[in-house]
Amino acid sequence: MRNPLSDTIINIKPSGIRKFFDIVSEMNDPDVVSLGVGEPDFETPWHIRDEGIYSLEKGKTFYTANSGLKELRVEICNYLKRRYQLTYDYTETLVTVGGSEAIDIALRAMINPGEGEEVLIPQPSYVSYEPCAILAGAKPVIIELKHENQFRLTAQELEDAITDKTKILILPFPNNPTGAIMEKEDLEAIAKVIEKHDIFVISDEIYSELCYTDNHVSICNIPGMQERTVLINGFSKSYAMTGWRLGYACGPKEIIAQMTKIHQFCIMCAPTTSQYAAVDALKNGDEDVAHMRESYDQRRRYLVHAFKEMGLECFEPFGAFYIFPCIKEFGMTSDEFANRFLQEEKVAVVPGTAFGDCGEGFLRISYAYSIEKLKIAMGRLSRFVTKLREEKK
Amino acid sequence: MREKILSIIEKNCRIEVKELAAMLGVTEVDIMNEMEQMEKEGVICGYHTLIDWEKTSVDKVNALIEVRVTPQRGRGFDSIAERIYNYPEVHAVYLISGGYDLLISLEGKSLKEISNFVSDKLSALDSVLSTATHFILKKYKDHGTILGKQEIDERMQVTP
Repeated sequence: MRNPLSDTIINIKPSGIRKFFDIVSEMNDPDVVSLGVGEPDFETPWHIRDEGIYSLEKGKTFYTANSGLKELRVEICNYLKRRYQLTYDYTETLVTVGGSEAIDIALRAMINPGEGEEVLIPQPSYVSYEPCAILAGAKPVIIELKHENQFRLTAQELEDAITDKTKILILPFPNNPTGAIMEKEDLEAIAKVIEKHDIFVISDEIYSELCYTDNHVSICNIPGMQERTVLINGFSKSYAMTGWRLGYACGPKEIIAQMTKIHQFCIMCAPTTSQYAAVDALKNGDEDVAHMRESYDQRRRYLVHAFKEMGLECFEPFGAFYIFPCIKEFGMTSDEFANRFLQEEKVAVVPGTAFGDCGEGFLRISYAYSIEKLKIAMGRLSRFVTKLREEKK
Repeated sequence: MREKILSIIEKNCRIEVKELAAMLGVTEVDIMNEMEQMEKEGVICGYHTLIDWEKTSVDKVNALIEVRVTPQRGRGFDSIAERIYNYPEVHAVYLISGGYDLLISLEGKSLKEISNFVSDKLSALDSVLSTATHFILKKYKDHGTILGKQEIDERMQVTP
């Protein structure tokens, strides 16, 4: 029999997260405190769930339009205007199955497969950009972000990575796993480079609501950028709706139209129940978002403070719900550290390398957990760190 | 800062000052001063424990009593409310809009104890016109907390 599989997919290595997930699952120990989760600990606010239930009661169980409910698309535009001063017409939006789908189809709509077109992917970053770029037939080019720049993308780093094959820059801020953000000045600096080389941007702003300094600034806020950017956002992180699988993309009509074509053939439409619930989220959810943001912010400060007390090197993250401490002082790899920490202290954290090779020497710690849980975990981390320092002596 | 402290300790008054300070990005002294001030001002009226007595061997009966009263000239409902809340078995007294005037939450050891209180003490008050007693059969949720429900983290242990 012939080999039924595609070489492309075989050559994509499985996610490093998966490996660690298996180790933790195998332990099956109720004592394990996990700080390894990339989703909110809040349940979806009740009024949003209630709208979903109500839509089912009313028999709203059919497909919606391919692009999504018009009502939802209009609310998305209102939201982007209200929160980020961005102007979109509803025809420039597409409702997708999570932000993940939007990343995939944005790449597929813009890349000519096999022509060596390059997609710039700053790392450490979310695990799906690189595989999606490969599957779309592009050549992923990694930009290694640096600790000393607080893992922000600098104009120089961008300039250095651009070739005449470069077509797209993926911009993953606020960032998973580092918690880094890009402020207005940072974005203005890279915008110049983007314009100069006439490249496009896929800006994954799924954590936009979780910004702890000023309000989030989108690359689309910088003049000249909106017309060359596909903005991706969704409901998972801001409204604690991960399981509903709902996101959206906004961008120039020509790009959105082609993305809609892919979406129409592959997906048909995003889940109807989720769309009805999301309308309510956008209309009535601002207060919930503010409440959750405040809660994350308190935990964030708590962890920054705890790390300082332990003397663990760590830049202060201003976005998402992750903190990315440096463990280079212990002379072991992220993988070794995470494994020993799990075995000896029963705390699960994710090695930085799961998000790109340049995550070596770092850990991703999620603070989407209650203060009580974080307190237990920090107690164990402090004990572990003391032990490692003793060992080194 | 005040409102933030309150919203945290409303749910968990056992949180340490040190943790509060870290969470809010202020010093421990700031927290202690603010708490002391709020205690003085009567913003913080007490630190209580939410107990599900059902799970203990102690028998308790709770009732809500609707009371219609004649308000007193010049003092409205205040003096009759005062008269009622001084009984130690009375847990809470609220002035209510609508069909009756006061809502009283009562705690006793038995049905009998509560009915005795209503007939002997409450109804006997001059300004009390009528009462309607509702016994609480089961508490599902109290003080914003669902009773008897174990918090389970439904999430997978490690996700991207």
